[in-house]
Amino acid sequence: MSLPFKNPEVFISAPIPPCQDDEYEELALGVANMGENFSKITINRPKVGDYDVKFQVKYCGICHTDIHLVCNEAARTMYPIVPGHELVGVVTGIGDKVTKVGVGSQVALGYYMDSCMECDMCDSSEENYCMKGDTHTFNAKKVHGHIGGNQETQTFGGFSKSMVVHERFIIKLPDNAPLAESAPLVCAGITMWDPLRYWGAIKGGKKMKVGIVGIGGVGTMGIKLAAALGHEVVAISRSAKKKDIAKEKGAHHYIDTSSTDSVKEHNNSMDLIMNTVSASHSIQTYLGLLRTNGTLVQLGAVVSPIDFKNIYLIMQRKSIAGSYVGGIKSTQECVDFCIAKNVYPDIEVVDASRLDEVYNTLASNSSSGVRYVLDIEASL
Amino acid sequence: MKFSHPQIAVHKPIPAPQEDEYPVRAWGVEEHGGTFKELTIYRHEVGDHDVKFDMEYCGICHSDVHNVCNEMSEVRGSMYPIVPGHELVGRVVEVGDKVTRVKVGDNIGVGCIRDSCLDCEVCDNGDECYCLKGFTHTYNTLKRKDYCHIGGNPEVQNWGGYSEFDVVHERFVIKIPNGMPLEVAGPILCAGITMWSPLNHWGATNTDKKLSIGIVGIGGLGTMGIKLAAALGHRVVAISSSDKKRDLAKSRGAEGYVVSKDPDSVATERGKLDLILNTVSAHHSLAPYIAMLKNDGTLVQMGCIAAPMQYTQMMLCLRRISIAGSLIGGIQATQEVMDFCHKKEIYPDIEVVGAGDLERVYTELQDNNSGAIRYVLDIKMSLAANK
Repeated sequence: MSLPFKNPEVFISAPIPPCQDDEYEELALGVANMGENFSKITINRPKVGDYDVKFQVKYCGICHTDIHLVCNEAARTMYPIVPGHELVGVVTGIGDKVTKVGVGSQVALGYYMDSCMECDMCDSSEENYCMKGDTHTFNAKKVHGHIGGNQETQTFGGFSKSMVVHERFIIKLPDNAPLAESAPLVCAGITMWDPLRYWGAIKGGKKMKVGIVGIGGVGTMGIKLAAALGHEVVAISRSAKKKDIAKEKGAHHYIDTSSTDSVKEHNNSMDLIMNTVSASHSIQTYLGLLRTNGTLVQLGAVVSPIDFKNIYLIMQRKSIAGSYVGGIKSTQECVDFCIAKNVYPDIEVVDASRLDEVYNTLASNSSSGVRYVLDIEASL
Repeated sequence: MKFSHPQIAVHKPIPAPQEDEYPVRAWGVEEHGGTFKELTIYRHEVGDHDVKFDMEYCGICHSDVHNVCNEMSEVRGSMYPIVPGHELVGRVVEVGDKVTRVKVGDNIGVGCIRDSCLDCEVCDNGDECYCLKGFTHTYNTLKRKDYCHIGGNPEVQNWGGYSEFDVVHERFVIKIPNGMPLEVAGPILCAGITMWSPLNHWGATNTDKKLSIGIVGIGGLGTMGIKLAAALGHRVVAISSSDKKRDLAKSRGAEGYVVSKDPDSVATERGKLDLILNTVSAHHSLAPYIAMLKNDGTLVQMGCIAAPMQYTQMMLCLRRISIAGSLIGGIQATQEVMDFCHKKEIYPDIEVVGAGDLERVYTELQDNNSGAIRYVLDIKMSLAANK
């Protein structure tokens, strides 16, 4: 079963250079070149530096964004690509100046693994919005100088036996946290948590009516979070198919946008709508669902331009905003909350033999609300 | 003047007056495709909460052109006869028994809001323009069945400010400060509040911080916005599609100037603006404006453009940028901007005209809406000219 690649004429491909003295070789799972399937690849990781944490990766969550990048949808993929940005595991080594964790600690790592650490955004622990650009955990160039090893190669993600990262970007997990279930918290979880935080749904006490569009892995996580925070949650999908899943995850209402009656019932009522859909689609219906001063937060990695009419924003002072994961402080808060309140994604653990199949499932937008997690130990 | 969409125009001839109504001289267009002429309309006697005022001036807004010429097919067809005007300025001649805000002899104004439900949380919050039931525009609207603070015949359309008198519920009346020249007050009730309201909502009217604020579109609204933002102590960057408005923008208080179609010019302000107010009413690309916003910045869209605008997701997601809309402003905010303008002597650039000039002015606004001048109809002069 091949992967659904795009833009076959525009991508970058370069062999991994030989292992340097300040690196070690590591086994990984990746796509070696455009058009190929997943295979075992040997990558190089930096040896532990003063501020680094090395951990054995036990599980790594699978996110639809991985598919977009592996399949070159934005025409900027660097092959070989080792995806995975929801890593969980156990610390096996720390640098001399590390204070955050010790050997044996359970840890997680999310979508970014470096930032400038100097700008206003980094100073307020919004490293994801670093003004010089955060460095993504895979398919990114090393520019800020806090990642060791060969500076010319791209970053390689969590589908690998070990990871080395500056302690700043490590998320701490309690010793008894269930590892596989915790993995998606550092992407799916924080992707929904941070906009809830920024748009006032975490502190403040006011009960909001929150809509969640797209009832996949991220959307169901959002339903659980918004419900656990005490808000009135409306699941929004383009058919009736996800109604049972949505209600089971805690949604109080369900809108099937293909039915005008279903939409009409909730027009002009929502304070905040979080839209997880990453395929091209119309947002007009969601703008209608917002109440005065409401915000539609766009989260999906949609590549083609999105239309909207000024009048839908002007008449009731509505906003369309974007959000992208969250800073380290916020991610830690999200993880702490979820573990304390027992709010976990519903996961399905898979091994490497199912990767191509899972990628195709996610690419066809037919996810059943489950978050897939790769069992690294079983796969490598 | 060019009219549009004849098939959706609504004709509602003026019926005979009710007992509580009396004739008033006004200027309007009698039927779709017609010309401006003097008409007789009827207004109602003063009710308990009403304020009756003698009209001195009424500002002319491009929205008047959209209404008169039936250009708002997205919303609904206009009702003819139509008497436009939503920048009313005059002197109080009579007040109802329960009126407390103003007294006979006071100078007052009325803007775009003739009525709202006064009962929802949004009205309670002073945002009557966003009333959950929908506010009632000063003209070319009908009295509502679900709320109504307007007397007279409930079936007749509301008449705007191009008229001798008007009668409005005191809640929607703006006090004009003593000493403010009346002829400049009109455009503050529309252009002024349209620019003040987003400055207020997005934190620029009540802060010690010096913000960087972009204003797109250097016409009547834009120049008002430049003056207000500069008077509030902010660094104002005027943004236009060519170099032509540079001198005008600088003379009104803009420190910076960007030509949006020139990538090098846009690059000089890349990532530097906290807020951008976009007044442009024709379709255009938003990409250069989004690029000039700081992280967490907001682009406020104000032009009523029928065709869809575009943005790309990553532009918003990777820097938590917002695109919002804004529409005039509530009564309290309108009073604030009126008082602020008087205190800082911020006046729109105006040209006073008579009713005989209306055809010419409307045609000009239709052909070229880029001028920075706000036209103001001199009601007294027009009444005298036509006696």
